[in-house]
Amino acid sequence: MSTGARITPSVMPAHPSRENRSRSEASTDSLVPGPNRVFEPTPMTGSQAIVRSLEELGVTDVFGLPGGAILPTYDPLMDSSQIRHVLVRHEQGAGHAAQGYYLVTGRPGVAIATSGPGATNLVTAIADAHMDSEAVVFITGQVSSAVIGTDAFQEADIVGITMPITKHSRLVTRAEDIPQALAEAFHIATTGRPGPVLIDISKDAQQGSMDFSWPPKIDLPGYRTVVRGHSKQVREAARLIQQSQRPVLYVGGGVSRGHASQELMELAEATGAPVVTTLTARGVFPDSHRQHLGMPGMHGSVGAVTALQMSDLLITLGARFDDRVTGQLDSFAPGAKVIHADIDPAEISKNRSADVPIVGSVKEIIPELTGAVRESQEEDGPVDLSDWWKVLDSITETYPMGFTAPDDGLMAPQKVIEKLYEHSGPEAVYVAGVGQHQMWASQFVGYERPHQWLNSAGLGTMGFSVPAAMGAQVGNPDRTVWAIDGDGCFQMTNQELATCVINQIPIKVAIINNSSLGMVRQWQTLFYESRYSNTDLNTGHDTVRIPDFVKLAEAYGCAGLRCEREEDLDAVIEQALAINDRPVVIDFVVSRDSMVWPMVPAGVSNDDIQVARDISPDWNEED
Amino acid sequence: MARHTLSVLVEDVPGVLTRVSSLFARRAFNIHSLAVGPTELQGVSRITVVVDAEGDLLEQVTKQLNKLINVIKIVELAPEASVQRDHLLVKVRSDAGTRSQVVQAVELFRAAVVDVSTDSVTIEATGAADKLTALLEVLEPFGIRELVRSGTIAVARGGKSMTDRAIHKS
Repeated sequence: MSTGARITPSVMPAHPSRENRSRSEASTDSLVPGPNRVFEPTPMTGSQAIVRSLEELGVTDVFGLPGGAILPTYDPLMDSSQIRHVLVRHEQGAGHAAQGYYLVTGRPGVAIATSGPGATNLVTAIADAHMDSEAVVFITGQVSSAVIGTDAFQEADIVGITMPITKHSRLVTRAEDIPQALAEAFHIATTGRPGPVLIDISKDAQQGSMDFSWPPKIDLPGYRTVVRGHSKQVREAARLIQQSQRPVLYVGGGVSRGHASQELMELAEATGAPVVTTLTARGVFPDSHRQHLGMPGMHGSVGAVTALQMSDLLITLGARFDDRVTGQLDSFAPGAKVIHADIDPAEISKNRSADVPIVGSVKEIIPELTGAVRESQEEDGPVDLSDWWKVLDSITETYPMGFTAPDDGLMAPQKVIEKLYEHSGPEAVYVAGVGQHQMWASQFVGYERPHQWLNSAGLGTMGFSVPAAMGAQVGNPDRTVWAIDGDGCFQMTNQELATCVINQIPIKVAIINNSSLGMVRQWQTLFYESRYSNTDLNTGHDTVRIPDFVKLAEAYGCAGLRCEREEDLDAVIEQALAINDRPVVIDFVVSRDSMVWPMVPAGVSNDDIQVARDISPDWNEED
Repeated sequence: MARHTLSVLVEDVPGVLTRVSSLFARRAFNIHSLAVGPTELQGVSRITVVVDAEGDLLEQVTKQLNKLINVIKIVELAPEASVQRDHLLVKVRSDAGTRSQVVQAVELFRAAVVDVSTDSVTIEATGAADKLTALLEVLEPFGIRELVRSGTIAVARGGKSMTDRAIHKS
């Protein structure tokens, strides 16, 4: 008789029972991250246990801001010789810094805040980390358990608030539960599809006494991750690749999160197929590689967008068919079969139905797929993609990524970004805010290595850049870190410049100042008859320039520079690169009329990509 | 839209019901009924959800449910391969003149009278949803004053247990 249909994707192995799991895990490392030193029970307070657990989990840097309900924890934190706490000026900054830290190091970021407003100020960063699958552990203080639910001073139900925007969240009200809760939080955040985890710890739990022992037991019967891909599916994928005339490797942020760049390179070269890298994947495959066509999507390159549209097989690796990539979903890559490899089974066939789903880590799947492809090639001979490349080469030659000088004679924002890259190169880290400058930074910086490019992709959080750059600089102290920011974005989070100065975190901020909320203005130009409702920021040419970004930078103790002419770009950037004892802010005052091209207007087919206003490529010419 | 019955094994921790129900709410699914209670395993609860949904969307939601850390296992129970029952208590307007008719209906449906007053009879009934609907249709003319239903609970037919492979039983 039936026990009912198990709703699990057919490609997923059945979950092992807890008994079997513990047996198979016995041979591998502990689930508890960190060095796993063993400690016999030692009496201490809950707050000491928090600090001690973080130390045992290998944490060296945290970002936060204290307040009443987290005060007990800040006392032992002061004595930790292992953990450096960076005191931010706003909790949102702590969250984005922790994201930036994770993105450049691959180690989980940690942000700490107090209850109520401290916790709610983290919400934007939590949602951002969730959308972009980033391992960040958020620790918040909560009012004492006796008064939870009474609208106590600075009480907010942050576990309830963040349920839909965390991978997991948990309220801890007993001191003895703290080590396990934190170990599980780090385990959940960093395994499978990475994501934010929030641990809300009541003040009485922090103040309570407990016996600290390590490592704690991780007991999560409902949590399992699939790492290895189903080998039959992998072989089926290789078979499709062997048959395909127009394959495209559609590469998403999962390859960055999964640290699988090298594996991707081998697959790309084994197949000879073109590669497109999405906004979160920029850098996982070098821009300079001849098989790389650039970024797909709304502001992607014509080559990348049309390669997907004309493809007969999408080899999708850690990407999720986001609407900014697909445009109108029904007309996206209409002739393509889909191989979809992702660690999250819920992404498979969510937006686009997959012909060959493979659930698992790209780090494991890609080498297996490469092996299977090579086997097929040995049996059936190599696949000739020269006709496909002839078409693609013709498109990329006709429509290279470029820009025209603005009509008003003012500096082109794209030129600024090109110059930043020219002087700083691929070893620097580039962190964008959200808007036009973000798209230009994705287009005109050359991305050659993974974790070179950080941005807020899924949530599109203005103000991400400065605090995320701060976190990236803490994680990568020896690299040049450029925050490429907009004048709008910069005004949302620039208070963290104080944090940078005080803590000697010498980020460099390039404000692409077009005196407006530029991306919104672009849409007003294109779709609202140039009626510029509430998008002027008055920071640029012929305005009152409030605030004066140079004075603002100087008020914070940063070096403040301004550049208004193209001929000064080299000198100003050189000057900025020579200052390494404090942050530098450069106000690049640019034309406000430059627009981001190419563009696929929202909600239309990617076939309607425009290379400039009202100019679409003439496809007939190509055929 | 077809009706589906899902059995969801969850860890018995605060907030788990919110997490489960909010995933249905986010996709604007109408939850027809929801019943939750303990199982034979300590610390494990079982939620039975009946929803109207298209197959593809339901699969997407169940995948999302599977991602919840506190959700241990999800099974869809097909009507023909499971036993599905509802429990109801209904207070019917009834005085000396109509009481015998009401009691007769109760006997026909193998329900039970659990409380009587001068102007009402309270009836308890257990059964498949369509049986209870039929009972209510018969009682309707007397006047239904108050109705409460448990929501469907369901178990697969046969010897196997949903918890067998989900969790180690000590």
